[in-house]
Amino acid sequence: MTQPEWIAEPQSPPSYLNDGYGWRSWFLTTDHKRIALLYLLSITGFFFLGGFFAMMIRLELLTPQPDLLQSDTYNRFFTMHGVIMVWFFLIPSIPTVLGNFLVPLMVGAKDLAFPRLNLLSWYLFMIGGIVAFSAIVIGGVDTGWTFYTPYSTTYSNSHVLWMALGIFIAGFSSIITGLNFIITIHTMRAPGLTWFRLPLFLWSTYSTSLILVLATPVLAITLVLMGLERAFGIGIFDPALGGDPLLFQHLFWFYSHPAVYIMILPGLGVESELISTFSRRNVFGYRYVAMASVAIAVFSFLVWGHHLFVAGQSVYIALAFSFLSYLIAIPSAIKIFNWMATLYGGSISFETPMLYALFFIGLFTIGGLTGLFLAALGIDVHVTDTYFVVAHFHYIMVGGMVVAYLGGMHFWWPKISGRMYPERFGQVSAFLIFIGFNLTFFPQFILGYLGMPRRYHTYAEGFQTLNVMSTAGASILAVGYVLPLFYLGWSFFRGPLAPANPWGATGLEWKTASPPPTENFEETPVVTEETYRFPVREEMLV
Amino acid sequence: MTSGLDLLPQAASANAQIVDQLYLAFVIASVVIVAAIFLLILVFVVRFRRREGNLVARRVKESTLIEIAWSGIPLLILMGAFVWGAKIYFDEAVPPADSTEIYVVGKQWMWKLQHPEGNREINELHVPAGRPVKLVMTSEDVIHSFFIPAFRIKQDVLPGRYTQLWFQASTEGRFPLLCAEFCGTNHSRMHGWVYAMAPAEYQRWLSGGETGETMSEAGQKVFQRLACATCHARDGPPLQGLYRRRVPLSDGSVVLADDAYIRRSIVDPASQIVQGYQPIMPTFSGNATEEEILQLIAYIRSLKNLPPGSLPANTPGGEQSPNDDTGPERKQQ
Amino acid sequence: MSSNVYPAAHFRSFDQQHEASELGMWGFLCTEILFFGGVLCGYTMYRLLYPQAWVHGSELNSLWLGAAMTVVLLASSLTMALAVRAAQLGQSKAIVVFLAATIALGVVFLALKGFEYYGHWVHHLVPGFNFSGYQAPDHPQVALFVVFYFFLTLLHAVHMIIGVGVLSVIAILAHRNRFSAIDHGPVEIAGLYWHFVDIVWLFLFPLLYLVGAHQ
Repeated sequence: MTQPEWIAEPQSPPSYLNDGYGWRSWFLTTDHKRIALLYLLSITGFFFLGGFFAMMIRLELLTPQPDLLQSDTYNRFFTMHGVIMVWFFLIPSIPTVLGNFLVPLMVGAKDLAFPRLNLLSWYLFMIGGIVAFSAIVIGGVDTGWTFYTPYSTTYSNSHVLWMALGIFIAGFSSIITGLNFIITIHTMRAPGLTWFRLPLFLWSTYSTSLILVLATPVLAITLVLMGLERAFGIGIFDPALGGDPLLFQHLFWFYSHPAVYIMILPGLGVESELISTFSRRNVFGYRYVAMASVAIAVFSFLVWGHHLFVAGQSVYIALAFSFLSYLIAIPSAIKIFNWMATLYGGSISFETPMLYALFFIGLFTIGGLTGLFLAALGIDVHVTDTYFVVAHFHYIMVGGMVVAYLGGMHFWWPKISGRMYPERFGQVSAFLIFIGFNLTFFPQFILGYLGMPRRYHTYAEGFQTLNVMSTAGASILAVGYVLPLFYLGWSFFRGPLAPANPWGATGLEWKTASPPPTENFEETPVVTEETYRFPVREEMLV
Repeated sequence: MTSGLDLLPQAASANAQIVDQLYLAFVIASVVIVAAIFLLILVFVVRFRRREGNLVARRVKESTLIEIAWSGIPLLILMGAFVWGAKIYFDEAVPPADSTEIYVVGKQWMWKLQHPEGNREINELHVPAGRPVKLVMTSEDVIHSFFIPAFRIKQDVLPGRYTQLWFQASTEGRFPLLCAEFCGTNHSRMHGWVYAMAPAEYQRWLSGGETGETMSEAGQKVFQRLACATCHARDGPPLQGLYRRRVPLSDGSVVLADDAYIRRSIVDPASQIVQGYQPIMPTFSGNATEEEILQLIAYIRSLKNLPPGSLPANTPGGEQSPNDDTGPERKQQ
Repeated sequence: MSSNVYPAAHFRSFDQQHEASELGMWGFLCTEILFFGGVLCGYTMYRLLYPQAWVHGSELNSLWLGAAMTVVLLASSLTMALAVRAAQLGQSKAIVVFLAATIALGVVFLALKGFEYYGHWVHHLVPGFNFSGYQAPDHPQVALFVVFYFFLTLLHAVHMIIGVGVLSVIAILAHRNRFSAIDHGPVEIAGLYWHFVDIVWLFLFPLLYLVGAHQ
C-alpha cells in the first residue's frame, strides 16, 4: 500500500500511524496507540460540546434577568454541560488518551493485556456517547448531573432515562479500561521494571484504575435503580412508597466522590512527569508521591458523606465525614511539597508543558485549599450548593485536570504524532488559559460566599459585576482552548519531525521512535535503574 | 442587598459572625499558604532556570524527616480547623429549648410557612429579632433547601421527613430567603424574604392574622374531617399526652412520639404499630396535605394538657375546643 | 482447531498470559461484588427500617423452591470444578461432559426461577405492574421488599444466562480440542465466574427466602 503524501514523509520509518490506512485499520484496530487516537478525537468532540453549553450558561448569566434562554432551557444546558464534561470528557480524558497510549510504552510491553477489550471499551464509550448525544438532540435533561431523586424520578419532564442509559453504557467502558490498566501494570512490566521503578504517571493511573473498577459499578446499579423507579414507580427512592431519597444521594456520591479523584489523580501523575523532565531532576520523595496516589484512591471511598452535610444525615456521621475529608488533603499536600522540592536545585526550562505544570501547581493548590473550606462543617453549611462549590470544583477539574491534560498532550504530542508543535503558540495559549481561567472562576468564590446558589437562572442585581467578570474570563478561556485545536491539528500533518526524545526525558516511551512502531519496541527493553535518572552534579546547595 | 464589590454578605445573626470568623481565618491561612507557594515557585524557577552553568541539576538530599514534617504539621493544623468547624455545626444543629417554632412546607416553587398562632405566609417569613426561632420543614414534592445567607444557615427540605433549622436574628431587617437545592424550572425564582421584627411588633403582626384560627384549631378541623376520633376516641391508641412520650411498639422497641413519629403514624401507620393494638389503621397520606399534617401534629400536641377522656367524639364540630391557643411548646416563654 | 502452541502476540509467555487473564477475572469479580453491593446496601437499610415487612415479604416466596434452586446450583459448582480439573489434566472429553452437566444444571435453575416468577405473576405480586396480591396495611413496605427480590434475582439470573452462554462456547471449543494441559486459561476463568455467580446466590437465598424462618 502506498502512503498518501500528507500522512508521512515517504522515507519515514514504519510506525503505528503508517501501518495501514483503510478504515478497518482504524476502526478494527487493537493497537493501544490507535485506540488512544480514536479516544482523543471522541473526547475532543465532547469537550467542545460541553464547552458550548458552558459558554451559553456564561452568556445567559451576563445579566440578572433571563434573556438568552428560557428557564427550562437553561436548566437543561447546565445539566448537559455537567453530564458531558464529567462522563464524556473528564473521566475518560487522561486515562483513555494518554493512559491508553502510554501505559504499554511505559511498562515496556507490546500492548495492553486485553487489546480486544480495549477496542470494545472505545465502542462502548461511543455507544454511550451517542445515546447521551441523542438524549440531548431530542430535548435534553434538566435534573443536574447529580440526578437527585425524587426530581429525576417523578417530577422531571425531560429525557432522564435516555441520558442515564448513555452514562450506564459508558460506565462499562470505564470499568474495562480500568481493569486493563491494572492487569497490564501487574503482569506486563518489562524485566527489571520493579514497582518502585515505575514512572509516577503509572502509579497514578493504577490508583485511578482501582477507583474506576470499584466505584463505577455502584454508579451503574444506582442509575438502574433510578431508571426503574422512574419507569415503574416501584418506590425505592420514593418517600410516598416507603423509600428514601437520601439513599440515592448516598449511593450516587459513593461513586461520584471517588469519581472526582478519577478526574484529578491522572493529572497528578502527568504533573510529576512534567516537573521532573523540565527540571532535569528526579522527583523528590518518589516513594511518598507514589504512595500518596494510592492513599488518595483509598481515602476517596471514605468521604462521600461530605456532600450531604445539609441533606439531612445525622450530625455524628457528618462529623466523621468532615474528619476524613481533612485527612485526604494530606496526600495532596505531600505531592505539592514534593513537586516544589523537585524544582529546587533543578535545571528548569519553560517549554509549554512546563508552563502548564507550573500553572497546575498554583491552581490545584487553590482548589485544594478551598476544598478544606468545604470540609469545615461550619463553613460548608453556608457555602454548599452555592457558587463557592462551583468555583472549587472547577479549580480542581479545569484548573487541575484540564490543565494537566493539555500539559500532557503537549509533552507527549511529539511521541503521539511524530511532529513538534509550534512552541510560541503553545506558550501563548497556556497563558490565555491561566488568565482566562482565574478570571472566570475566582469571582465565583466571592459570589458563593455572598450567597448566590448554584444552578440559578436568574440572580439578584448585586451579583452582576462578579458574573460579568466571570463571563469575560470564560471568553478568554474559550480562545485558549480553541488555539491548540488548530496548531496541534496543523502540526499533526505539517509540523517539523520530532526526534525520539525531544525533551531529554527518561522513561521507556522515549527510548523508542517518534511515533513508535506498531509493536512499540524493536525488542523487549530491560530496565536496570530507577526512573528519572538524570545526570546530576555533586555541588552543595545552601 | 449587596453592592457588586462586597466580599462578605450582610451578617444578621450571632451565628453569621461566628461563621465569618472561621471563614476569615481560613481565607487568611489560604492567602498565606498560596502566597508562600507562589513565591517559592517564583524564586526556584528564577534561581534554577536553565542557563550556562546550570545545565545539569544538582543533587539534593532527600530526607524522611522533611516528609514527615510537611505532612504532620499541616495535619495538626487541620485537626484544629476540624474542631472549630465541627463546634459551629453542632451549635447550629441544636435549637434552644425556648425557640419559637414555625412550620415550613416547600413546594415547586414557593415556601409556605405557618405560625402556631395560625398566621400563614408564602415566601415571607416574619420572625421576632433577638429570639431563637426553630423551623420544622418538609416538602410536598422534590428536595428543596432553605437558605438564609444573612444567617449563614441552610438545610435541605425533603419530602417524607422533617428537617429542622434554627436561627436568632440579631438585627431587625429584611433578608433574602433562597432555595439552594435544584428543584426544577423556577428554582432560581423560589425566593422570598425574612423579616426580623422587634418582638413587640412581631406580636402585633401575629394578632393581625386573617383567620384568627391557631394551627391546633385548624388541626382539630382536619382531625374531624378525617374522622380520626372514630377510633382514637374509642378503641384506638389514645392521643392525650402522647406528644414526646415514649411509646412501646409491637416489635418490642420503644420510640419517642415526636413530630416525625406522628407524621409517620399518619401516612404510614403500619410501619410502627403500638403495642397491644392491631394494624388496622389505613394510610392517610393521600387525604391530608403536608400543611394539614403539620396542623394535625399541632393539634395532637395541644392535647397533652387535657384530662383523659375529653377527646372530642366524631360528631362534626366537636364538643370542646382545646384551650391551649398560644400553640404548643411555648410553655417556657 | 487444535490447541495453541504460542501465547497471544503481545504476551511473552503462556505464564504471563494466564496470569493476566486470571487476574483480569478476579478484578472483574471485584467489580461485580460492588455491583451487587450497591443494591444489597439499599436492601440492608430498608430491612433495618422495616423488619416486619421484610419477614412478611420473604414469606411470599416458597422456601422449598428456593432450597431446591440452591441445591441445583451447588451441584453445578461441583461439576464446574470437575471440568476445571479435567482441563488441567488435558482431558478434553471430560471437559465437555462436565461442562454439559454444569450447563444443564444452570438451565434447571433458570427454569425453576422462571416457574417461581410465573407464580408471582399469577398471584399479582409484581410491584410496578400489579401488586394487588398482597393486601395488608404494610403493603408499600412489602412491595419494597419484593422490588429488591425481583431486582436481585433478575440481576443474578442475567449473570446465570451469561454464564450458560460462556460455558456453551467453551464446551464447543473443548469439543474441538482447543485446550491442553498447558493452555486452558478460558476454562479456569469461566469456572471462576461460575463459582462467583453461585456464591452470590448463597447470599441471596437467606436474604430473600429465610428472613422470617427463625420465627
